[in-house]
This record gives sequence, structure tokens and C-alpha cells, in this order.
Amino acid sequence: MSLSLSSPSPITRSDCTAVANAYLCTPRSLRFCGLRREVFESKSLNSLSVSTRLVPCPRDSSFKKVCAALQSNGTPYKGGFDYDLVIIGAGVGGHGAALHAVEKGLKTAILEGDVVGGTCVNRGCVPSKALLAASGRMRELQNEHHMKSFGLQVAAAGYDRQGVADHANNLASKIRSNLTNSMKALGVDILTGTGTILGPQKLKYGKGGSGDTIITAKDIIIATGSVPLVPKGIEVDGKSVITSDHALKLEFVPEWIAIVGSGYIGLEFSDVYTALGSEVTFIEALDQLMPGFDPEIGKLAQRVLINPRKIDYHTGVFASKITPAKDGKPVIIELIDAKTKEPKGTVEVDAALIATGRAPFTQGLGLENINVQTQRGFVPVDERMRVIDANGKLVPHLFCIGDANGKMMLAHAASAQGISVVEQVSGKDHVLNHLSIPAACFTHPEISMVGLTEPQAREKAEKEGFEVSITKTSFKANTKALAENEGEGLAKLIYRPDTGEILGVHIFGLHAADLIHEASNAIAMGTHIQDIKYAVHAHPTLSEVLDELFKSAKVKVNSSSPVVHPVAV
Amino acid sequence: MSSLLQSRTPSLSFSSSLCSTPVIRPSAFFLKPRSGSRIPVVRAKIREIFMPALSSTMTEGKIVSWIKSEGDVLSKGESVVVVESDKADMDVETFYDGILAAIVVNEGETAPVGTAIGILAETEDEISEAKAKATSQSSSAPSPSAPNVEESSPASKVDAPSPAVAAAPAPTSAPSTPGKVVATPYAKKLAKQHKVDIGKLVGTGPFGRITPEDVEKAAGIKPAPKSNVAVPAASAAPAAVPPKAPASFPEIPGSTVVPFTTMQAAVSKNMVESLSVPTFRVGYPIATDALDALYEKVKPKGVTMTALLAKATAMALAQHPVVNATCKDGKSFTYNSSINIAVAVAINGGLITPVLQDADKLDLYLLSQKWKELVEKARAKQLQPNEYNSGTFTLSNLGMFGVDRFDAILPPGQGAIMAVGASKPTVIADKDGFFSVKNKMLVNVTADHRIIYGADLAAFLQTFSKIIENPESLTM
Repeated sequence: MSLSLSSPSPITRSDCTAVANAYLCTPRSLRFCGLRREVFESKSLNSLSVSTRLVPCPRDSSFKKVCAALQSNGTPYKGGFDYDLVIIGAGVGGHGAALHAVEKGLKTAILEGDVVGGTCVNRGCVPSKALLAASGRMRELQNEHHMKSFGLQVAAAGYDRQGVADHANNLASKIRSNLTNSMKALGVDILTGTGTILGPQKLKYGKGGSGDTIITAKDIIIATGSVPLVPKGIEVDGKSVITSDHALKLEFVPEWIAIVGSGYIGLEFSDVYTALGSEVTFIEALDQLMPGFDPEIGKLAQRVLINPRKIDYHTGVFASKITPAKDGKPVIIELIDAKTKEPKGTVEVDAALIATGRAPFTQGLGLENINVQTQRGFVPVDERMRVIDANGKLVPHLFCIGDANGKMMLAHAASAQGISVVEQVSGKDHVLNHLSIPAACFTHPEISMVGLTEPQAREKAEKEGFEVSITKTSFKANTKALAENEGEGLAKLIYRPDTGEILGVHIFGLHAADLIHEASNAIAMGTHIQDIKYAVHAHPTLSEVLDELFKSAKVKVNSSSPVVHPVAV
Repeated sequence: MSSLLQSRTPSLSFSSSLCSTPVIRPSAFFLKPRSGSRIPVVRAKIREIFMPALSSTMTEGKIVSWIKSEGDVLSKGESVVVVESDKADMDVETFYDGILAAIVVNEGETAPVGTAIGILAETEDEISEAKAKATSQSSSAPSPSAPNVEESSPASKVDAPSPAVAAAPAPTSAPSTPGKVVATPYAKKLAKQHKVDIGKLVGTGPFGRITPEDVEKAAGIKPAPKSNVAVPAASAAPAAVPPKAPASFPEIPGSTVVPFTTMQAAVSKNMVESLSVPTFRVGYPIATDALDALYEKVKPKGVTMTALLAKATAMALAQHPVVNATCKDGKSFTYNSSINIAVAVAINGGLITPVLQDADKLDLYLLSQKWKELVEKARAKQLQPNEYNSGTFTLSNLGMFGVDRFDAILPPGQGAIMAVGASKPTVIADKDGFFSVKNKMLVNVTADHRIIYGADLAAFLQTFSKIIENPESLTM
């Protein structure tokens, strides 16, 4: 294994000489490819010494200091703190913040009371992707018509429940160890135990009781994440009435399962369960299924993901009481009208999955010690993730990222918020544009989105007095999608025709989750349609769906010149 | 007994004008993108929903799904049906308030632009009138289910004030049965599809719930065979339904009434029509040892027994054109220029006859290939009319069920139909008095005696038997 320099910020001679102190210079410029994420292997630590010859640094001696500094995870900032930065919670958000902090030269510790990786890696996105991968193939193999259209013949496809469950579990442990190794390799101190804030810049950690250790830090990030939300009246027994935590273990595949909540989690599980042969009943409190999605996408998704499958639904109702299966009785779900609270009958099923959302995990954090009051459990923060106390004042040196602040409950949003915080504490102001954070639902086919939905955009347009245009392209016209026999799909662009600004992009179709990034990057970079429409896409690829989308938009401003500098071609 | 679906009428014709009530054209339904100007409204109580033209190149459209069901109350601007054009799927929304009285063109079916796909009634009182109109319009085409409308309209009236239940599928059973009817989601879907009243079923699943199997049983469907191999067999299921319904039968308590599906209704109609043709039957035993041996040889190349029999039949017909003829008016022979072998196929509680066109001209392998495609299309309900109503001779084979002989009903419009029984080891005495055991099958041809006489049929069968007993020519 050797170190390589990553391309975005190559170290140049001038870079190092400009900053006399190589210690300061290095963390910014020395980047390890693949170090940022899971693929890192701890071996590379040993090879750091050989990096001397790879880095064109003028003063050999100072570079050795750099290595030492890196290995010891930075030296604490002057001021007598144990650490520059302590992150409470080693989920994806904490991990992202920790890696960036090391890159910025901060002495960093991360506290974990459970397992490294948090919800996403252990009980969320990661294992669910494994289940969806297995069940997606199962669905495809069972679809005789689909296979025949490829000219393929498949004899009775079947699955081994334990095998599928093992795949999910193995993936989670693999990603978990990758995450742990990547932090260890950088020298992030991983402290075990739950953390409690004692006062400004001071906290303790441990198993509780007297054995706790007290540490100080210049800055503290709360990244404690969330747990499944179980509404009142619902008794979770972990067997017949379960949350996503249990469902991901796939301990059994019920013949008929009710899924309470039709958001991302519920929808993904309906995809898994129906592919594995279950019948599904959705129970949704709002009047429509998939309430969070753009209505048009939701409608199409319902037509593809719900109607033809063995799924029915009750909308506009709450599950007021759920009794687990016992004494030879099925799971009994009592429904009430979401508005009038009148009884709406009962549903009897073999199992019930509670996917009503997630509740922040902020208890025991000691927030009262610094006069912070949670709102429905969430830690209040400003747009820079700075924690706000009960008097509406900012708490200095305290930040909260991820599910715990409830701004956008997505793993990658937490990570982005963490990086934004690290930028700030290392002296560079940074505000994360949440409208540029994509979201995806990994059903078959997938749903993805970034920015505003059409109603949101229209509302904003009305308020601010601008015009909104919509354009759509279909996967039916895409060569690659047709080659895959997956022509069902739609991409939708919501934009300002006067400026060419992208307000939102919504995709439903094959690999939608991977396709959204062209749009989210464009929003993040502020790229306008009249510029991005000249970007070239390989043919034939699914990305041409977006290419066509941008090209079909009618922007009234003259496009800026596509090539800034003349390029010999 | 075997019966056939043979719809000779053109697929959909809604040209018949509606006499009693005024109808507005263009359609009462518009597309979202076009929702600009409104057509002045003439007071009309019953409106047709037309297949809209979604693009300039569109000549026909396929109904992807009905968002609303029969009996649903519609309000202006609501999406009612999803139509697939040559370009994309689009929601079609209503321009009028009313009640969706009848669906004329069902999901998955295709209709030319401008034809009625559904009927919209303004008030509940007009539902039955609208329904009658729909039925009269589509006697041969997909017919709406009359009883369903009546059942579900009061139900939806009850539901109307509470939006909660409106979205729940199968509202039919919800209010009418306060007692527990527990049916799984798929069972409800099937019940809706096959128009089975779920409230009348007895569940056999866990905790007495109604399972998809219960609904299939009630709808007279055998659970779909899991194997990939198509079974070219005429099922006996629809034959059990009495074609005529005389004035009164004694009511037997506990019986379940399941209305015909469109396909079953067409079968029933054809069966009654067949009574007007004077038919007779001739049977013939044929040794199949050579055919069986050949089958074993060509089976790995994808040749099916159906293709072998169709090919042999076509070759025999080529030598006996009269058996391939039709009597259309009772006064003349109509000799068909091509030999199109229709083969009866049982499918989802119905029966359809995919046609192997020019079976005498195609070689065995092409024929087998063609047959596979047809079966696949039949399963996907994508057969085009000329792929199931262009037969000149029909083949029905119940041999694989162990049936040794049976008697087929001649489908209207054809001269003859052949019923093939199972091939069985039979003791045979030859002309020298030696006994041997040979595989024999009995074939039985039903023919229209107005054009085909006994000797014609006998000669045809003799030729057929020679081909089967010396099957080498089949592979040429």
C-alpha cells in the first residue's frame, strides 16, 4: 500500500514554502486518497514514514514533525484543553466531523456509548441496503415476464431467510470496522461511554457513576442521533410488533405485515417484504401515502410501487393501539381517524412494523447544565449548528449536528453539518445549504430528490414574486433504461426560467439515487441550467435522463459562454 | 367438452350513438396540460369518457390504470384514469362532477382515440341508465360489471363524508359488514379484479382470514401454475357454467354468485351461438409410437407437442381443403386461403385460442417459437384480435390430463375442430393375428355437416393418421 496525493489539492512547492510552519501547512494540503471513508486500511499508518519522498517538502526535518503530529492527532490548541474538539456520538455525522477535524489539524476525540457507526451503519441505511439488494434481485428473478423479455429463463427462484439476514449483518460489521479503522488510523481518540456535558467546554464520559472521566475541549459537537419513534399505545415486543431495529435482523418474514408510516423507512421495508413474499398493509396518518415526496413523484411511485404489489393501505388514520400477537391471537391494530379521533375499526395482521419516524436521542446529555431546553427532544440550533439556549442565546463552543438537531434527518446531512462545524471552529465561516442535500429512497426502482418540491417552490415563488417552470423527462426515452427493460420512470426539474436557477430535482426510476448528484452538485455550486446543459454525458447512460432534463428547460437569459478559456481540441 | 373464445367482432366499436340522453363531444375529460379553455356545457346527465389524444401521433391508447373505481364520486379536476400513449403515461382528469358509473375499457386494454372508455353519471339515479348504456355499447367488448356498480355506489355514499376510508381498497365490504371480514391485501385486489364479493367468502387462512387462494377459488381460478411451461389445454372450468339462464332455478342456500369475466362472457356467447350449426363427429385411433420417438428427439430443440400436432394437422388440411373451409351463409363454401390452426388454451378461469397462422408453411421450429410467443402474450393479455380470431381450424388437447377421448364444440365461423385424447399403451391385433402393444390416441373431429361430410372427414383423418404414424415429414 502506498500513499498517493489526492488530486483536488496537490501539494506544490510554493504551498509549503509559503507557510513556513509545515505543521500548519500539512494538514491542509496532505490528503490521503481513500482515507476519508471506509476503504482505509490501518496498514497505511506504517507507511507514513516513507511518505517523505512522496511529498516535495523543502525541509525534511519539519516534515518529520508533521508525521509525528499527525500520528498523535494534532496537539491540543493552546488554552489548556484536553482536546480541540470532542464529538459525542460516533455515527456517520460524528465520523465525518472527526475525519475533517483531523484534516484541519485539530486534536479530536469521539465518544461512543454504543457501537461505532450509529444508526446508519448498524440499524439503518447500511443493513437496509443489503436487504434491498437481496430482495431486489429476488423480485427481478420472480418476474417471469421481465426475465422472458431478456430471453432469460429462471427456474423457481427462492431465498434463504438466514442467508439474506446474514448478508445485512455482515455488511454492517464490515462497514463498522472500516469506520473504526479509518478513525483509529488517523489517531482520533475513540472514548467509550456515554457523554454528559457538565458545563461550558467540559464534559464527562464513562459507564455512569464514579468511574467517569472528566475532559475539557475547546469545542464540543453533539452528534447523538436518534432512535425509532414509537407512538403511545403501541407495544413493541420485538417479535410481532417491531421497529426497523428488529426488522433489519430479518428474524422472520411474516405472511402479512402492517407497516405504520409510509415514509422512506416504511416504503423501503414494503419493497423488501413484498419481494420476499409478504403482503403489506400501510397505515398512514396523513391523507396521502408517501407524504414527504413531490406529489407527482409520489403518485407515480404509488402506481409502480404500491398498486401492482400485494399492498393495501389505510390513510388518514392513526394506529391508536397495537397489541402484539399472543395467546393464539394475531397482532391487533386499532385505528382511529387522524382528525376526528373516531374509531376506524381494527386490522389483524401477523406482524406490525413501526416506521413512524425517529425521535432524537438527547436524554442524559446534561443539557440542563448549560441551560438548553430541547424541543420535542431536538436540540435547538441556528443555521451554523450552534446550540441555542433557553434564553435564545448561542451557547459558545457547543454545536449539534445530525438527527439530534432534527434539521434534516439523513446520515449524509449529519456528516455535511459536521464538516461545516469543523470549518467554523478552524476559523472559516461556513453555512451549509440544506437545499443542496439530496435524499434517496432505495425502493425498486429508486426515488431521489434534492431541493424543493413543486408545491414548496410555488409557495416560495408566490412569496418572493418570481416565476417557476417545470420540465420533465421520461426514462421511457432513455436507451440504457430500455436496455435494462426498466423504462418506468420520471425525472422532474423545478427551476426559475428568469435566472436558470435549479430549485429542485426529483427522480423516480432505475438508479435514481445515483443520478441525483449531478443536480445536487449543481445546486451546491450554484451552477445554472444554461451552463450545465452544455456538460457532456456518456452515451448510452442513465445520466442522459438528466442531460435531457436540463436541455429541455427553457431559460430566458442568454447562456453564458460554455467555455471560458479557449481549449485546443 | 371444450369451448372457445372467438370474438369475431372488431375489437371496440362505440359508434352506436346513445339515443335517450344527449352526449357531449369532445370528451368530458381533459388532460392536465390542456386545461386551458372550457367547452361550453350543455346540460347532460350522462357523459361518455373518451380516449383522449395525448399526442399528435397517437391513434390508440392503453389504459394503464383506473384511478377511480366504478361508483366513485368524482369532482372536477380529479385524475380519473391513467392512459399510456406512444410517449408516456398521463393522468386524465375529469372536467365534470359526477359518478363514475361504468368502466367500458378495462385496465391493460387498448382503445382507439375518441372511443368511450367509461361512462360518467351525474347523479346516483342515473347510474343504472348509464350502466345499461355501457352494456349496450360493449356487448362484445370488455363489459362493465353491472352488479358491482349498484353494490358499491351506496357504499361510497356512506364513505363520502369521511375521507379516511375512501382510500381503503374494496370499500364494498367495509360498511355493509360490520362483522369482521379480514382479507389480505392481495386477496382484496384479486376480489376487485375478479368481481368477487369478499363479504360472502369464508376465509381459510390463519385466524380465518380470507387469503388470495380463497378468492381465486371463488372466482373459479385454479392457482396459476408455477411452471414456465405453457399448458395448451382447454380447461373444463368454464364449460361447467350453464350457458342459458331460464326463468327460475331453485335457490340453493349458501351459494355464491360470481359474474362472468369478459372472457367468460364471450365464451358463453359463442357456445350458445354454436347451437345453430348442425355438427357431427368422427373418431379415429392413431398409433403414436413414431410421433413419441420424434418428440423425444426434437424436444431439446424447443419443439412442443402442440407444435407437432398443429403441424401435422396443417399438413393434412393442405390435402383436404374442405375441412379447412367455412360455411358463412348456409349457401356456400368459403375456402380459406391460409391454414391457421387455433389452439385452445386455458387461462385464468377463461379460455382463449391463440392462432398459429400459416401452420402448413412454417417449419416445426418456427412454429414452436411462434407458439411460445403466443402463449406468453396470452398470459400477459396482449394478444391482438387477429392473433386469436383468425383460426380456420381448431385443435384442443386434453391428453395431458389423461382424458382418453372427448368431444369438442365447433366454434362459430369454423368448419371443424379436433379433440385430441391421451396416448395410451393399447393391445393391438394385426392382420396376421399377432398381438402387440402400441401407443394409441383417439382423435375426435367435430365438423359442420353443411359443408363437410362423413367421407371428407374420414379421408382427412386417414391422412392425418398417416402423417402422425410416419412423422418424418413433419421435420422437413
